[in-house]
Amino acid sequence: MSISANDIAYIANLARLQLSEAEKEEAAASFANILALIDQMQSADTSDLEPLSHAIESSQPLREDIVTEKNQREDLQKNAPKCEKGLYLVPKVIE
Amino acid sequence: MEWETVIGLEVHVQLATNSKLFSGSSIEFGAEPNTQASIYDLALPGTLPVLNKEALKMAVKFGLAVDAEIGMKSVFDRKNYFYPDLPKGYQTSQLDFPTVGKGSLDVTLQDGSIKTIGITRAHMEEDAGKSLHEDFHGETGIDLNRAGTPLLEIVSEPEIRSAGEAVAYLKKLHSLILYLGISDGDMSKGNMRCDANVSVRPKGETEFGTRAEIKNINSFKFVEKAINIEVERQIDLLEDGGRVVQETRLYDSEKNETRSMRSKEVANDYRYFPEPDLLPIIIDQAYIEEIRTTLPELPDAKRQRFIDQYKLSEYDALVLANDLTTASYFEDVVAVCGNAKLSANWVSVDLQAYLNEAEIPISESPVTPELLGGLINKITDNTISSKIAKTVFEAMLAGEGDAEKIIKTKGLKQVTDSGAIEAMVEAVIANNPEQVEQYRSGKEKVFGFFVGQIMKDSKGKANPAQVNQILKDKLSN
Amino acid sequence: MFKLGIADISRSLAAGEFSSEEITTAYLARIKEKDKELNSYITLCEEQALAQAKAADTNRANGDAHLLTGVPIAHKDIFCTAGIKTSCGSRMLDNFIAPYNATVVENFNQAGVITLGKTNMDEFAMGSSNETSYYGPVHNPWNKELVPGGSSGGSAAAVAAHLCPAATATDTGGSIRQPAAFCGLTGLKPTYGRASRWGMIAFASSLDQAGTLTRSAEDAALMLNVMAGHDPKDSTSIDIATEDYTANLNKPLQGLKIGIPVQHFAEGLDAEVEQNIRNALSEFEKLGATLKEISLPNSHQSVSAYYVIAPAEASANLSRYDGVRYGYRCEDPKDLEDLYKRTRSEGFGTEVKRRIMVGTYALSAGYYDAYYLKAQKIRRLIKNDFDNAFAEVDVIMGPTSPHTAFKIGSQTNDPVTMYLEDIYTIAVNLAGLPGISVPAGLVNNLPVGLQIIGNSFSESHLLNIAHQFQQATDWHTQTPEI
Repeated sequence: MSISANDIAYIANLARLQLSEAEKEEAAASFANILALIDQMQSADTSDLEPLSHAIESSQPLREDIVTEKNQREDLQKNAPKCEKGLYLVPKVIE
Repeated sequence: MEWETVIGLEVHVQLATNSKLFSGSSIEFGAEPNTQASIYDLALPGTLPVLNKEALKMAVKFGLAVDAEIGMKSVFDRKNYFYPDLPKGYQTSQLDFPTVGKGSLDVTLQDGSIKTIGITRAHMEEDAGKSLHEDFHGETGIDLNRAGTPLLEIVSEPEIRSAGEAVAYLKKLHSLILYLGISDGDMSKGNMRCDANVSVRPKGETEFGTRAEIKNINSFKFVEKAINIEVERQIDLLEDGGRVVQETRLYDSEKNETRSMRSKEVANDYRYFPEPDLLPIIIDQAYIEEIRTTLPELPDAKRQRFIDQYKLSEYDALVLANDLTTASYFEDVVAVCGNAKLSANWVSVDLQAYLNEAEIPISESPVTPELLGGLINKITDNTISSKIAKTVFEAMLAGEGDAEKIIKTKGLKQVTDSGAIEAMVEAVIANNPEQVEQYRSGKEKVFGFFVGQIMKDSKGKANPAQVNQILKDKLSN
Repeated sequence: MFKLGIADISRSLAAGEFSSEEITTAYLARIKEKDKELNSYITLCEEQALAQAKAADTNRANGDAHLLTGVPIAHKDIFCTAGIKTSCGSRMLDNFIAPYNATVVENFNQAGVITLGKTNMDEFAMGSSNETSYYGPVHNPWNKELVPGGSSGGSAAAVAAHLCPAATATDTGGSIRQPAAFCGLTGLKPTYGRASRWGMIAFASSLDQAGTLTRSAEDAALMLNVMAGHDPKDSTSIDIATEDYTANLNKPLQGLKIGIPVQHFAEGLDAEVEQNIRNALSEFEKLGATLKEISLPNSHQSVSAYYVIAPAEASANLSRYDGVRYGYRCEDPKDLEDLYKRTRSEGFGTEVKRRIMVGTYALSAGYYDAYYLKAQKIRRLIKNDFDNAFAEVDVIMGPTSPHTAFKIGSQTNDPVTMYLEDIYTIAVNLAGLPGISVPAGLVNNLPVGLQIIGNSFSESHLLNIAHQFQQATDWHTQTPEI
């Protein structure tokens, strides 16, 4: 199965990636090969099978409802590219 | 053409836990920005979610209260989209296997009739952070304190047919979550928020029309206004030969209009898939039964009990049972005075009028159930009349003490000494021969005049029943 | 000293033959001298390592020591280390100083184990050759023109070149076992959920598992003793009691039933590699085991299903890298979309972007059922295959990789060729099983790996089998000239 330039653009936008023309071409080419690989799945008969999303099939553990986290803002914001007055700054968000 | 409105509501309720849905951060309101954002809340690499036990309990509790199917296996999913207030780039929510499945809610409409509105589902999910647009040199500031706060999203069936029904449904839901103690339901803080899916169709049509989703409705009043204005917009559009577009619209309460939110329409492909950092939640019947035992008496049951136990009218019972604090207050008053009818009247009329005017909740009432019960006792034991009781109540609101004390210091004790009343009656008869003549010649309306005179002379303290009796006796002689 | 494994170092430290400070200093010096040609480390933790070593020596002198106190190791740069750069092999995290320790790292710190440094890896663990790292390729110590395998290529090369005696690693589709095979090491990938994922930067959450690269099964057992255990911070960590993984090492293998999957000896397997594996299997027969041919009929589907599931999970796991709270951020974004798109396009390398795209596609509207759901059903088929096999045999054996290490740059043209590198290892991750690769021969002086797959939580048995093999053979003691 091949993939159109439109599809590539659509997916790149969903994933918030900006691809150069060369990258788009490369993506389309490698997608063709990858899709050929994954399309081999279609030959398997999987009717009557429950999908398996985890090898472990038990229930998830639960946490007590206790506040365990302290304010670490100063420490954590050392990694932040842009902060002011304790807030993370991003270009204007238009609602 | 006659149109029918079709409404489905999605209500987000913030669960009243101590910590977040998947992290141990506090969810307290009003903290300094990003001081309640842990490494998980900030989506630092390598961090993982662990579900809050109480949030699950609260979701199940809600499910039981609306008679819903409880998911014995529920699954969290990732809903993927990019937004700066969504640190992980996905919201952890539940799609195909919510914790709460189909249920229903009985809603009392304005005309007193009861309508059952279906609940499609209710699922747990994380709240997003907040974007602040002021004061950052044209940039937006992101506060992630709210990110990860536990929400229960309650989705109704499209069975609501008017803005009024929508409000009635919301109020009932609000009452229920407060009863269950799973949320404070404070709409002003955004702890209960509502999105409305609204469409119209020609009356008699069975297919649904194209709907618009109205976001950002944060009070009961606005729900009604937003729906009405949107219905009007859609009908105008259709009658002018136009079409309704399926879209998200924002309600602007200042302009009282809804407007399209095109920015949110882009790339509406959420790529839901099961959250691989979490296994399914598998619960058993024993877990459900354990939670069932913690359910309080719910509004409908309480209303019925008020009717059966206290012989209240449907209306009084509804008014009192609707709000849990009011209901408890009422029962506390009854416990003190034993008179349900008077308690109901005082709570739902006099006290309520004061609270409405003062704009304070019943929990902050200066008159406690103790005080009000004591006041009612003074009425039933004939210490004061109902009329004088209003004066005592005023004094109580002003903090002048209990009924006993106020009656004493103000000298409001009713005159019940029949000798004293007889003397007053005789004096009035003696001083008004003309009116006596009129009464005796059959003009019975004059009776009121005598009563008025006596009450005036006694400054309202004469026992009205005794005054009536003695006056009748004396006049007929 | 550099030839010693961690069991030996532990014994020497206890006997006072050398101090932790001495061996740590020696390793740091050796890394500085030798790693220029190999590029196996991204970050060297000199100061911290020496401080840890001094503390370890003091604790040992006071009799307050764990078995491994004072033993130096390296951590794959996928594990968060508090106060130390944790890059995950990506430009995106080149400036990221982790504010916390991964549970695995914390466990080693608590045991008094020294962190020499953080090892190179494929970017976000996406690769089978360690060529996708932002920090450049790692060279195989056996032949520097060759890859060490991936994604834990830095850990493997460092252990093989004696730039550390053991290292942590992670395995999502073969990322421990294949580098172990290419570098002549013992590589253990435990059962999914056996060691905590907290602080281990996610690639594909339902497949990622922490494990070890060591010179022997005994060393792997010692490492696992520290790493394994339930972690309340990881909802997928399993609450099953751990055991002393060294306890069963010396059990004889008499009566062991080994399954030989026909699919792992089919077309595509290098003839000389096959011969070495067959020789190793004969060795097991000599140790009292019996061989039985078995079938894993859906194993050919594993790579296809994996390249839907892993990229799908990765596409969401990597959405958090948006230039807002940490990590790389593009210069002067003109608006929000520009911030996202340029940050992510500049911060991620080609292979990472490719997998994000594939995963996004597989989950997007209209394709979910055909790709994601289908892959999850195939995952069920594969797990069923293993369940059926383990009803007949105790363990499954075969080659870890179809061939020995290949040349750097030789397989970068078509991603699919590279994906097929993991053809024998991927199914194990899909089924969540433990697997170990042990050295089982040399072809043209390049190591061959034997993969042993066990049922869930059979690590102790796998280590026993590997140890017994290593008692009977000396492939694991062969080392490259460095």
